[in-house]
Amino acid sequence: MTRHQKKLWIGLIVLALLTPLGVILPERFKAGGAWGEWGPEELKQLIGYMPEGFKKLANLWKAPVPDYNLSGQQSSMAGQIISYIASGIIGILAVALVIYVISRLLVKNEK
Amino acid sequence: MEVLVHIPDGYLSPQTYVPFYGAAFVFWAVALKKLKKELSTKHIPYLAMAAAFSFLIMMFNIPIPGGTTGHAVGAGIIALLLGPWTAVIAVSVSLIVQAVVFGDGGITALGANCFNMAVAMPFVSYWVFKLVKGPSTSGTRLLVAAFLSGYVGLSAAAFLTGCEFGIQPLIASGPDGRPLYAPYPLSVAVPAMALEHMLLFSVVEGVITVLLFKYFLKHEPDLIYALTVKEA
Repeated sequence: MTRHQKKLWIGLIVLALLTPLGVILPERFKAGGAWGEWGPEELKQLIGYMPEGFKKLANLWKAPVPDYNLSGQQSSMAGQIISYIASGIIGILAVALVIYVISRLLVKNEK
Repeated sequence: MEVLVHIPDGYLSPQTYVPFYGAAFVFWAVALKKLKKELSTKHIPYLAMAAAFSFLIMMFNIPIPGGTTGHAVGAGIIALLLGPWTAVIAVSVSLIVQAVVFGDGGITALGANCFNMAVAMPFVSYWVFKLVKGPSTSGTRLLVAAFLSGYVGLSAAAFLTGCEFGIQPLIASGPDGRPLYAPYPLSVAVPAMALEHMLLFSVVEGVITVLLFKYFLKHEPDLIYALTVKEA
């Protein structure tokens, strides 16, 4: 690893430590979720009914760490902050692993 | 509180998400082929860092006070640094991990999310940069080009997403005329997605693109794909 790359990795880890801003700021400014990303209940409230096809697809996938939250639905702000940082670190490791596997496969095929 | 950042499952009809999966697969296949030809061991760490960067930057939900939230994607700067085809892989990997591990973005919508943010965005960003930069090799024009590349790239991705939402009532309604999937028409979905991005989130994307571009221009100019490679 070059010195410059080491610096960039440190930058990414700092970025991971700062990710809780992504939950704190929206809370502070009373902003809701993103447009077009309402959960089933939220959508029902907005338009008065639950679209048929939506109902079938909405809960198709149970993610291991839903919403970057490791501590369940009723978690405190502190719990969310820790979850978010942990998710950031898990994310870095997961994408690095996938890229490593892809690179290995590509380079191996070359030989 | 729940903060999600990509199209979830249930908003896109099969007649939308299947073709987008198809399109995404074509781009993944070509991107992997190009990567195989060009990938040198020197670049693997940068590819991993790019994916990690895109993953993290999307976690920073930016609030519109009293309104909704949005986020930058990072695909613009990745396209400038590593080339648009490499950006396809980096951002796709980050979107796939977000969907599978964190339930952020749907599994059925993954093709569409990847097409919007990992295909359309890096290419638009790259073209805008090349177009605005012109023949100049330094100075403010480069920085303006970098800003616009991020700004226009994310706006284009948001516009596409708005279109995908907006066509749902047209192509997928029940016998009673009620939409089966995303309920809002184009006239609502496109302005909602495009405007909030053009006013805030794309500006953030542009600023991030410029700052990182400046950093790499100073410290590792040889790495910048958009300045060293002639053809995309």
